[in-house]
Order: sequence, then C-alpha cells, then structure tokens
Amino acid sequence: MTVQTMPMAKALNAALRQAMLDDPKVLLMGEDIGRLGGVFRITEGLLDEFGEQRVFDSPLAESGIVGTAIGLAMRGYRPVVEIQFDGFVFPAFDQITTQLARINLRHDGKVNMPVVIRIPYGGHIGSIEHHQESPEAYFAHTPGLRVVSPSNPHDAYWMMLEAIRSNDPIIFLEPKSRYWPKGPVDFARNDIDLHATRIMREGSDVTVVGHGAMVSTLLAAADIAAGEGKSVEVIDLRSLSPINYAPILESVEKTGRLVVAQEAYGSVSVGSEIAATVTERAFYTLNAPPIRVSAFDTPYPPASLEADYLPSPDRILEAVDRALAY
Amino acid sequence: MVQLLDPEGRLTSGADAERYGHYISALDDHTLERFWRDMVVARTFDRSAANLQRQGQLALWIPSQGQEAAQVGSAHATRPQDHIFPSYREHIVGMIRGLDPVKILALLRGVTLGGWTAEETNRFHQYTLVLASQTLHATGYAMGMQLDGTTATGNPESDEALIVYFGDGASSQGDASEALVFASSYQTPQVFFIQNNQWAISVPVARQSRVPLAQRGFGFGMPGTRIDGNDVLASYAVTRDALESARAGSGPALIEALTYRLGAHTTADDPTKYRPAGELEFWESRDPLIRTRAFLESRGASAAFFDDVDGEAADIAADARKRSLELTAPDRSVMFRHVYAEAHPDMVAQEAWLAGYEASFAEDAS
Repeated sequence: MTVQTMPMAKALNAALRQAMLDDPKVLLMGEDIGRLGGVFRITEGLLDEFGEQRVFDSPLAESGIVGTAIGLAMRGYRPVVEIQFDGFVFPAFDQITTQLARINLRHDGKVNMPVVIRIPYGGHIGSIEHHQESPEAYFAHTPGLRVVSPSNPHDAYWMMLEAIRSNDPIIFLEPKSRYWPKGPVDFARNDIDLHATRIMREGSDVTVVGHGAMVSTLLAAADIAAGEGKSVEVIDLRSLSPINYAPILESVEKTGRLVVAQEAYGSVSVGSEIAATVTERAFYTLNAPPIRVSAFDTPYPPASLEADYLPSPDRILEAVDRALAY
Repeated sequence: MVQLLDPEGRLTSGADAERYGHYISALDDHTLERFWRDMVVARTFDRSAANLQRQGQLALWIPSQGQEAAQVGSAHATRPQDHIFPSYREHIVGMIRGLDPVKILALLRGVTLGGWTAEETNRFHQYTLVLASQTLHATGYAMGMQLDGTTATGNPESDEALIVYFGDGASSQGDASEALVFASSYQTPQVFFIQNNQWAISVPVARQSRVPLAQRGFGFGMPGTRIDGNDVLASYAVTRDALESARAGSGPALIEALTYRLGAHTTADDPTKYRPAGELEFWESRDPLIRTRAFLESRGASAAFFDDVDGEAADIAADARKRSLELTAPDRSVMFRHVYAEAHPDMVAQEAWLAGYEASFAEDAS
C-alpha cells in the first residue's frame, strides 16, 4: 500500500528521514530539533536514528545557523535548516539574502548552495507576537532563492524531497496551521514538479489562487460558492519563486476573473505580483480586475483578533462576488 | 602582547620568545627571505593598484599598506591542506596561496562579483564584503572538516585546519560573536585572526571595544592572544601554534594582531578628516618593512638581494597592471548566468527579452 493517510507534520518527518537515508550529505540543523524533535516535532526520532553527526541541536542564533549551513554547503554538505518560527528568521535575513542567495553566482556556478531553510509560517494558531507571520514576499523578492510552500501532506512529502535534491537554496514555508490535519500521501507517486502550480478544484466562473494554509480556505469557499450556483476554480501556487504562471493564465482565459488570496500583508506582496502579471499577460481575457484578498497592512494583531485579520471563506466569497459583478 | 622581533629588527627575549622561538629557529634563510619578498610584493602591488584606481581603471581599491607583516606571517603559518577565509583586504594572503592578483583587480574593476574559487587558489576562498559574514561560513566549513574526519587524526601533515580573517570593525558584528559561539561549542579546528588596524573607516577601535579584542576569546571559551601585528615573526609563530593546536583537535583560538592601516580604508576614504596629528608618523616609524629588513640585514642578507626583490615585485605589479587593463566587461548575458544552479524560467525569459530589445536597435538602424 503506497498511499497512507497522515498529517503534514508526519509527511515532512518521513521526507526528511528518506532524504537522509538517500544521501549521507544531508544534515539537519536548528534549535531544539534533536532531543525534542523540534517545537512542532517535525524532526522527531531523527536524532536517535541518525545521530549527532547528522542532526545538530544548534546554539540559539539564527544567523549563526544559516551562516554555518552555508559553510557546510561549501564543504559539500546539504544542510536542512529549521527556523523555529517565521518571526525569528530575521536575524538570519542578512546571511540568507546577501550570502546564501548569491554564492552560486559569485562562483560562476562552481560552488552551489543546496540549503533548505524550513520555516513554519502563518497564523490561525492563536499564538503570541512573532509566531504567526507570513514573510514570503521578502524571500520571493530576492534573486537566487527559490520559495515554495505545500498546502497538503502529499505535496509536503514530495516537495521536501525535491527541495533537498535541488542545488539551489530553497525557502521552504510550512503552513503550521496545516501541520496536523490528515490527508493522503502517495509514497510511490510524485506527480508534479516542485515549482508547478496545481489545479485543486476545477470551475468555470472565477479563478481563485492561494498558497499554503490559504488553499484549504479557498476550497472551503469554493464549496459554499457551489451551493450558491457559482463555479470557482481553485489553484494552489505551491511555488512563490519562481511562479508557474501558465496554468493561472489558462484558468483566467477560461473564467475571465481572478481573485488572489494570502495571509500575508497585501501591499507589495506575492498576490500583488500575480495580479499585476495576469493583468499584463491576459488583459483582454479579463472580465473584471484581479482582486487581492489579504491580511491587513498591520502587524499581526493580538490572537484574539486573528479571525478578523486573516482572510476567511466569507472574505474570499465577498471578493468572488465583486469579481462576478463586473 | 607577543613580540618576537622588536621595531629595530632585533629578536626579543623572555617568556614569549621561549614559548614561540622554536617556530622561528626552524625557519631557514630562504623562508625568511620569502617573508620579506612577499611583504614587498604586497606593498608594491598595493601602490600600483591604488594608482590604477586614481587613473580611473578601478572602481575602488582597498589598501593593505601597513598590514603586510600580519598578513604575510599568518599566511605562511598555514599548511597546504588548510583553508583560508579572507575578509577583503588580504591580497597578499591570496597571492601567497597562488591567487592571480589580476583576479582581485577584476573584482574591483567591476567585471565580476567573485572571480575565483578555493579549488583554483589552493584553498583561499572568495572575499566577502558584508563584514563578518565569512566568520560563520568559515566555522561551518570547519564543522565540515570534523564531519569528514580530515582533522584531528593525529597527522599534522594531512590534518586540516582553517583561518578566518576579519577586522576590528567587523569584530562588533553579531555574526563575529555567533561564529565564536559556534566554533567554541563544536570545538572547530579554526583560528580567528583579527587584524586590528585601529580604524573602521573613521571610527577608532576604542568605540568597538573597551578591552583588547584578544580578551574576547576567553569569554567565548577559547584562548585569545594579542600579538604585535607589525612583527612578521610573531604573526607567523603565534598563528602557526594556534593552527597546529586546532588541527590536533584542541579547538579554536583567537588572535588579535595589533597593526595599523597606513593608507585609507579604501580609495573613497580620506583619513586626514579623522586621524589625530602624529598618529600616522608614529606608525610609519613602526612600519613592518623597516624591522623585517633590519632583521634580514643583521643576518647577512645582501644589498643585491633587496634589489632583486624590489625588481621582482615591480615586475609582478606591472604585469598585473598590464593584464588588468585588458579586462573588459563581460557579455551582458552573463548577469543571468548562475543566479540559480538549475534552470529557472524567469532568467530564461528575461535574458531573451533583453536580447530581443538589443536586437531591435539593430533592426531600427537597418
């Protein structure tokens, strides 16, 4: 039986384990990832199985973790770094953007940087400040990095394996609110490229696009819309850099309408980029302007307000209705 | 402060001389003459490159004048299997390891963002322009040596170690402290070599640290040694000692080489705006070349030897100058190459767009 039902957290754990079995150069680094198995238990059991030479409980310093991962990659290793929470990646921002992203370029391709930076990200978990951020735009804006985010356990498994095999640095954003819902993982079938967008639900009236945890919100909204007689096509971006536009453009050609949803701030965001690009490339197929549904341009609020802050199925549907009203 | 050669070029005596003297007595005349030769090459090349900048042939030059003893001594302390992570001022260290100086000029002429790999330069890694970033890369690299089992096997002829250079200004960066934490925690085989040249552009070292920088080593759990950075023998012996200890598995060490930047921070800098009166003159009297020459003369080096070295250094500088002037801008398509190691659709599309845009002018002209 190659298909098993499991939560994304277990699928990621299985992928890390498989990658370490496949390649002795794969190392895990991060805070509390060894004995504890990570605060989200994504690396649970891997210290026992692979030992301290492969699984490092790092000192508590994010720039230090990424900077030493760069040195290990120069030496031929393939480090997979865990940043404990989205809001704690910024101490490593310099090493990621000025070093990790550019070392391959400076060496004319002779020194690759096969480093994966895993970042649990996004809200919906009712936590304190710096624990629910969506920092994807910073990284998607940086040449030299690839940025991906799975929305379900099957993709999490295969995308992690592909990310670790890639010779480019990859920011791997794990939607932490989706860590525990279960879904099928087909361990025998990798059906789509790491950077491919995926049609999650076909529809004919409006195209809605999102990534990570937003995909389940979009699917919920599409269900409700169907009950109201509106056919919504749901697209999971999966990759935020590069963005695979062809399926989005094809979908918009069919529906004539686009709604882009994200947990991140809307201003200067991945959603802005998609709205602009679709407008540039598919202007004459649009029957309505692309509409963004985002968090507000405020810092993530106290958790008691997060339901008002994050795009909900209702806010998606409001945007769908606006698009249909043109 | 460890000083093995005093400013007059006489060997010192005392506890430090007893501890480190055997490293010096093991050096033959040829090696000591090589130290001198490399110091002169460094200074001659440096002046030539600064002139290139003044003539509009380089965007910028980063002078190393005054720091030749610190750099030459520590570079010769490495073994062939050792790795070197420079900051951006260690031109002669690279040249000692086999780096073609034209590659440094290419970087500052704006024709490349890198220019070499450690594989091509006997393990001299690229310059890093974001201060102290390289201290962490070095520490990770040294962790890799441990994982590979190529250090601390008990064979100094093959066991690897590593030296990373940074400055008094960079010592204030968080990355420098994090690198010291990681190195100490994992007991990496590496030497942190601080060239304290007294100035971080215009800010004196007193603003970076209230205590000698060498003392920081102890706080992180490793020995810290302050040396006379204008003494090539102290630089050689103390670095050699620290590297041999690191390769034997005894962990990292920190060295602070007290030296002075006789020139500007870069050619964009004007030290007359911030240097106190008399400081430059004081350090000129402690010029590392003066004492090294006096030492070699006291050992019987001939005037002809010094003349030969001057001639060789001038030839090297002239040759680098000549070849650097032949460096031209690469093809515009180069900017899209190697941004990613693997195929990337945006790079392909943008390169094609630029090519089409450029081609459109040719069509317009026809």
